[in-house]
Amino acid sequence: MKLSCKNVLLAVWAVFPLSAAEAPYVITYSHQMEEPGNLEIETITTTGRPGEGNRFFGNALELEYGVKGWWTTEVYLDGTAEARESTVFTGYRWENRFRLLHREHWINPVLYVEFENINGADKSLREVVGFDSEEDLAEAVAGARREKKRELEAKLILGSYWKGWNFSENFIAEKNLRHEPYEFGYAIGISRPLGLVAEPGSCRFCAENWQAGMEMFGGLGTHDDFGLRGTSHYAAPAVAWTSPGGLTIRVSPAFGVTGASAPFLLRFGVSYEITQFRRIARQWLGGGR
Amino acid sequence: MKRADGKGAVVLGLAAAAALLASGLIESAPEQAARKPNRFAGNPAAVRAGAKLFGRECAGCHGSQREGTSAAPSLRGSRIHEAPPGALFWVIRNGSVFQGMPSFAHLPEPQIWQIVTYLQAAGDASPPAK
Repeated sequence: MKLSCKNVLLAVWAVFPLSAAEAPYVITYSHQMEEPGNLEIETITTTGRPGEGNRFFGNALELEYGVKGWWTTEVYLDGTAEARESTVFTGYRWENRFRLLHREHWINPVLYVEFENINGADKSLREVVGFDSEEDLAEAVAGARREKKRELEAKLILGSYWKGWNFSENFIAEKNLRHEPYEFGYAIGISRPLGLVAEPGSCRFCAENWQAGMEMFGGLGTHDDFGLRGTSHYAAPAVAWTSPGGLTIRVSPAFGVTGASAPFLLRFGVSYEITQFRRIARQWLGGGR
Repeated sequence: MKRADGKGAVVLGLAAAAALLASGLIESAPEQAARKPNRFAGNPAAVRAGAKLFGRECAGCHGSQREGTSAAPSLRGSRIHEAPPGALFWVIRNGSVFQGMPSFAHLPEPQIWQIVTYLQAAGDASPPAK
């Protein structure tokens, strides 16, 4: 069979049209894993105008794949565009999440391990750790991109579902592979679908397609200066809508609550999940059934 | 030809193993969970909603007609129709992540019950149109 991009896209769209609703958080991870064989493509943008700096748009393109029921892997490609400056590719990240328990419990731990190879111009704000502050966001990309960051990051993700509510807590430890201290941070979130019972027919804007919630995230200093003093923290309401066609749109304004934080950031993203991508890929590549 | 036959046998073997695993999964539901009643049982609106949710959440692996695929077993037949609804609910909510069945705890409980209602009400023909 002759393959073209158009055929491939049509096949994906027509045969595997929908995705699961997800928590609306931008930074906080819930313990929900990607289903085995599924591929989610997502783009998340953070924009703000910090202090004396220019308006920026930090973007992360994410490719998330369910390797096993207990193992999800994800690659991020990051970039930053800045008003009156340039648009630059700022690096990549590779993360893996491992579910530790076989079944659902009242609290469910997931271990997260990530390698980052980015530079100082990265403003995609995937987490806040240590003494990350508004100043980092205000620094012009031309200068900031010279700073190389090769970092390892670990998170303990805890999550629970109770009567439709999701509660998620992330504890973050990050280490620059150069001689820099361990940095710590956190992210917590609570969310709920607006409708718990599904409508009998297909519907575009019915309550079951909406998720609303709130996340808080911030830095906790370093191992030799641990605490809240001088760190930045954000409170961010979040809302997500999933179309009947499987496209999820999320929007989340984030409000800085300490002097070190940027006063306001807006995050928005679009994602689409391709169900059983593994099987489709095998069919394309090997002609298997 | 020989190779194709071998492949077919492997697929059949895998499907049989998956079906055995699935039935074991239903039976592994704790008694207390299995006894939970389905408040949507027999509700035609819940069957239609369940069919829609099945198409969204389950059909990718189990097949749009619940016929099963190489990724997951069939959900047709008496094994599903006669299972305690609470046991099916428990399997969907918990999954068995080390054996390939993901947890669907992110779905609100009423939606999981709607899927159970659909699975137990559906005949072995096509699911109702959306």
